[in-house]
Amino acid sequence: MEVPILKQGAFLIATFQAALSDADLNHLRIGLVQQVVRFRSRGVIVDVTAMDVMDSFASRTLREIAHIIRLRGAETVIVGIQPEVAFAMVQLGLTLEGVATALDLEEGLAYLNEKFKTTN
Amino acid sequence: MPAEEVEVAISSDLDIVLARQKGRAMAIELGFSSGDATLIATAISELARNIVSYARTGRVLLKWIQGSSRVGILIVASDEGPGISDVQQALRDGFSTSGSLGLGLPGVRRLMDEFGIASKSGEGTTVKVKKWRL
Amino acid sequence: MAKRESGSQDSATQNSGGGALAHTEASSELLRELVAHLRQHRTQLREEWVSRITETRLLTAMTKEEIFAEATSVYDSYVEALETETFEALQAYARNLSERIIPRGVETHEVVGIVLLLRDVLARSLFAKYQTDFKKLNRILDAYEPAANRIANTVAISFVQERERVIRQQQEAIRELSTPVLQVRERLLILPIIGVIDPQRARQLTEQLLRGIRTNRAKVVVIDITGVAAMDATVANHLVQTVEASRLLGATVIVTGLSPEIAQTLVTIGVDLGKMNTVGDLQGGIEQAERLLGYKVVPSAEPR
Repeated sequence: MEVPILKQGAFLIATFQAALSDADLNHLRIGLVQQVVRFRSRGVIVDVTAMDVMDSFASRTLREIAHIIRLRGAETVIVGIQPEVAFAMVQLGLTLEGVATALDLEEGLAYLNEKFKTTN
Repeated sequence: MPAEEVEVAISSDLDIVLARQKGRAMAIELGFSSGDATLIATAISELARNIVSYARTGRVLLKWIQGSSRVGILIVASDEGPGISDVQQALRDGFSTSGSLGLGLPGVRRLMDEFGIASKSGEGTTVKVKKWRL
Repeated sequence: MAKRESGSQDSATQNSGGGALAHTEASSELLRELVAHLRQHRTQLREEWVSRITETRLLTAMTKEEIFAEATSVYDSYVEALETETFEALQAYARNLSERIIPRGVETHEVVGIVLLLRDVLARSLFAKYQTDFKKLNRILDAYEPAANRIANTVAISFVQERERVIRQQQEAIRELSTPVLQVRERLLILPIIGVIDPQRARQLTEQLLRGIRTNRAKVVVIDITGVAAMDATVANHLVQTVEASRLLGATVIVTGLSPEIAQTLVTIGVDLGKMNTVGDLQGGIEQAERLLGYKVVPSAEPR
């Protein structure tokens, strides 16, 4: 399944779909990092609005993505986690520690913009 | 007519997605709220994932169940894999776990109303969980 | 039902749970004959049933046309259940029917009443048909009665379950109304929790709050637990989970009104209070929230 990755200025926006398999997530992880390097992006927004289930593998993958991207000097923010999904995640003990989160795309962009204003 | 019982063979990561989609569909049919259906789908995802990770193949059975005055869903995830040598250990964890370790069984137990597990080293594992419609 | 000799009983067993009825071949044969008879006289029997319903003044909340329409569906489902000896379709139909008629004010005794009336109407027609062959009548009734009782059971239980579901929904709505999530300023929500919280209510509060965060696009939430008397480990965990789940939606939570006892409970279950944003009282909490809202950044949790 192809996940669209759009470039928005210094940032990339990856929109995850529902029903992503483990293989899809793995491809995504590699693809995103490649794009960050290619465009020298400062930030990545991963939009998971469409994901109706977030299990341990998805959670781990998101954390790994954020970690690798940080090593590349860029910041990741996860947006669009649905209330029900958030509830299920914390029951499972998946808290996405160490990864920034925001409500939606708009908030995610605001977050990244603010972050780069203060660090520049 | 909606199916009262569905079995999904698990042998790849694609089956994990299939199993949880069917689980969600069944939960909705049973009248579970959307939030509960998400909990159920998440639990199925974790259980199916364990099968793929540790046993390579197995199956997930999804079934309507009836109590004296309520209905619910039964999920049985079973495999003939290596089994768990220390079940007690696998079930132990604090509430503040990051959840990326091990089998996630305590998490699955929190998601569901009833939880049972039978596993023996070398003989496979069967996890049975139930959720009742409130 | 008329008295009759207790002749040889068929091995029909009655289950109240899932599964079809066990039958001997002979009784299945009889059921088939019975079903054919019920289909053949469908129009007449259905009309008889509908007039009995009106006579006994059941379903007064519904119009004649509605009763007739539903009666047709019920009759057909009834006969189908007898024919297939399975009850899932009937159950599904009964639930569906209940969903429709409960808001109309139809009550349990009415639903049970009309199903029993149908059972009686059909039984009478069997008496009429087989009155010359008493042995056969007995055997037909032996096949019919358990199935008919099972049907009455199924419909009644479905109706009651649906009613209970509606009542639960109403209770939930009342609970929601009584613990409002308040929006006091833009992007700031306050959730005052008062009284005793059981795990069910705790869960409901969490879900309500998360929906509220999304709807109001809240960036800061102040959960005030000044009014909470006592908190056990389970509910304390719910609080922690609420804080964690809120963060996943991009909102920071400030907990205010923590009594020393509750703080102790949290520490006992392993919560690092240093990581949780706590302020003494609600006013202080709101002030801190406003300070936080001065910045647009929602910090990530400290990495382990």
